Amino acid sequence: MTWSAYWTGLVVLGAYHGVNPGMGWLFAVARGLQQKSRRAILVSLLPIAIGHEGSVAAILLAAALARPFLDQRGLRFAAAGTLLGFALLLLFRRRLHPYLGMRLSLVGLAAWSFLMSSAHGAGLMAVPLYLGLQVPAPGQLQVPAGVLQALAAATLHTTAMLTVMGIVAVLVYDRFGLGLLRRAWVNLDLIWVGALLVAGVATLFT
Amino acid sequence: MTREYQRMATLLKPDPTFYPSARTAAEAPPETLAYIVTFDPTAKTPDALEVLDVDPKSGDFGKRVGRLEMPHTGDELHHFGWNACSSALCPWAPHPHVERRYLVVPGLRSSRIHIIDIKGDPRAPKLSKVIEPEELARKANYSRPHTSHCGPDGIYMSALGAPDGGGPGGIFILDHETFEVKGAWEKDRGGQELAYDFWWHLGQDVLISSEWGTPKMVESGLNGEILLSGGYGHRLHIWDLPKRALKQTIDLGSQHQMPLELRPSHDPNQTWGFVGVVTSLEDLSASIWTWHRKDSGEWAAEKVISIPAEPADPSQLPPVLQPFKAVPPLVTDINLSLDDRWLYVSCWGTGELKRYDVADPFKPRETGSVRLGGIVERSPHPASEPLNGGPQMVEVSRDGKRVYLSNSLYATWDDQFYPDGLKSWATKLDATPDGGLKADPNFFVQFEQRAHQVHLQGGDASSDSYCFS
Repeated sequence: MTWSAYWTGLVVLGAYHGVNPGMGWLFAVARGLQQKSRRAILVSLLPIAIGHEGSVAAILLAAALARPFLDQRGLRFAAAGTLLGFALLLLFRRRLHPYLGMRLSLVGLAAWSFLMSSAHGAGLMAVPLYLGLQVPAPGQLQVPAGVLQALAAATLHTTAMLTVMGIVAVLVYDRFGLGLLRRAWVNLDLIWVGALLVAGVATLFT
Repeated sequence: MTREYQRMATLLKPDPTFYPSARTAAEAPPETLAYIVTFDPTAKTPDALEVLDVDPKSGDFGKRVGRLEMPHTGDELHHFGWNACSSALCPWAPHPHVERRYLVVPGLRSSRIHIIDIKGDPRAPKLSKVIEPEELARKANYSRPHTSHCGPDGIYMSALGAPDGGGPGGIFILDHETFEVKGAWEKDRGGQELAYDFWWHLGQDVLISSEWGTPKMVESGLNGEILLSGGYGHRLHIWDLPKRALKQTIDLGSQHQMPLELRPSHDPNQTWGFVGVVTSLEDLSASIWTWHRKDSGEWAAEKVISIPAEPADPSQLPPVLQPFKAVPPLVTDINLSLDDRWLYVSCWGTGELKRYDVADPFKPRETGSVRLGGIVERSPHPASEPLNGGPQMVEVSRDGKRVYLSNSLYATWDDQFYPDGLKSWATKLDATPDGGLKADPNFFVQFEQRAHQVHLQGGDASSDSYCFS
C-alpha cells in the first residue's frame, strides 16, 4: 500500500466513527431536541470532537514516542497484540456506565467523548494506519517530527469524523427523525470488535 | 438453573420494542399478550405470573393462556418491570442491541426477586434466576422490594425498608446483564426515611420518590393509630440522579396521608408529573397533586384534584370505616398515557376509575368514569355479578386506547376494607379519543388467587422511560 492509502484509511475510520450513533451525533441531536435548536447540535459536536481527538491523539503519540525505540517488527507485534487483546476485552467485558446524564456541560461533553472513544479503542485502530505512514524525513527519525505526524493523523481522522457526524446529526434532526434509529442502527459495536480482530491479524502479517 | 442470562444475546438491530420517544412509542402496534402477577393471601400455594391473551383477533381473547408458578410460597408478588426498555437508547450510554426479554418480579413480602425469561414462547415464561432476600440484605441493606424501572445504566428498584422491618427504605440497583444486586443507590439521603415509588425526569437528571411506610408500619394492616397521627408518608423527595443525592423534600402536609404512585411526564423536556394521595385526615378525600419545577429551579407541588368521600350507612361499612360513616375514595394507583394527555385515577374504596384530560396539567378536567366494585356500591361488570374490590392497578396501552385494571391492593389491607374476602378480577376498558371510557363486555377475567400489577408485552405507559422528546 502507498502512504496515501494509510491517510485515506484514517479518513475512512473517522467517517465510521462519525456514523456510529454511540460516538456522539445522537447525543448532539438529543441536546438539539432539548434546547429546540439546531445550533445546539453544532455547538455540542465541537466538544465531542475535542474529546475524540484527545483520546486518539494520546494513543498515536504513545506510538510515536515508542517508534524510535522499537524496530518495525517489534512495533507491529506490540500493535497487533494490543488490538487483539482489546477486541477480546470488548467481547467479554461487562458494560459499565457511570451515570453521566443528559445535562452535561460542554466540558463534561468533551470528557464523555474522551471516555467513550477510549473505551471503544478508537485510537488503537488508528495505530496500524499511523505505522504505515511514511516516516517523515527519511534517515532523521526524530521524536518531534513523529509527534507532529501523529497529531496530524489524529486531527485528520477527527475532522473526518466531525464532518460525517455533523451531516448525519443535521439530517436526522431536520429530515429523518429519530425513528431512523430503530431501522438503521446496526450493531456497529459488534462489527467494531470484528474490525479490531481483523486489523490485529493484518498488522501481525504485513 | 441456567446461566444463560449472564451472556445476553447481542442483537444486530435494536430491540424493536425500544422507541426513542414516548411520541414514537405511541405508534407501536397493539399488544397481544399481557402479564399479570397473582398471589395467594394465605401463603399456602405458590404465587404465579400469568399470561392473558389480549388480542381481539384471537380465539382466546380475554382468557388466561399461560402460568408460571414461583418456586416458594408467601412471596406476595406485587409490582414488576423489565430488564431493559427504551432507556437503552439514551445517548450518553446507548446499548440498544440488548433484548427486552426478562421480567423482574419481586415478592413484596418475601423480598425474593424472580428473573423470568419470556423469550422463546412468550406464553410459557420460564424462571431464569432467583435473588434471595439474603443477597439483597447483605449487599444493599434493604428488603421488601417494590417498584422496578429499567434505567439507562441498570435496573433500579425501590424497597420499603431495612431487613429488620424498620427504616430507611430506599432504592437499589441490579446489574442489567447479570442481575446481581449492586448495592444501595443513595449516596446522600438527607432526611429521607420512608419509601414507596420512584420515577424520574431523565432529561433533567432528576429522580422523584414517594413515601408509604416501613414494613413494620404496613405489613399487618393499615394501622389506625399511625394513620390518625399523620404517621404514614406525606412527602415527595427530589434527587440529583447522577450524584445520587437528595436535593429537596416537598411536604404535602401530614394530613395528606400516603402519596403513592408517581407519574412524571413521559416527555423528558417537561418538568411536571402527578402523584396520587390515598386519603386526607380532614375529610377522607383523596387527591392528585401536580409537581413541577419553578423558574427558580426549586420544585413545588399543588393539589389539582380532590375526590370527596361518599356518605354511607355504617352497616354497609367494614369496621375500620364505621366510625366515619363514609367511604373514602382511596386513590391507590394512577397512570398517565404516553402522550401526557390523559390521567387515569383508581378509586379503590368507592369502586371507580376516573379519566381526566390533563392537556393543562394544573387544570385537569374529568371526562369519563367507570364504576366497578366498591366497598358499598359493588358495581357489576357487564359480564359479572356485583363485584368487590375496586379498580386498583391500572395500566394503559402504548397507543392509549386500552386500559387494564385489577382489583387487589395488598393482602392485609384487602382484608380490612373488603372483609367478606376479596374476589379477584381483571378487566379491560376502552378509552375513546373524546375522553370517554367504557368496560369491554368481552374482557372479564377471574382468578383463584389475587391479581396485582399488569404489564403489556412490548411495553406500556409505565414500563419505559425516554431520553428524547
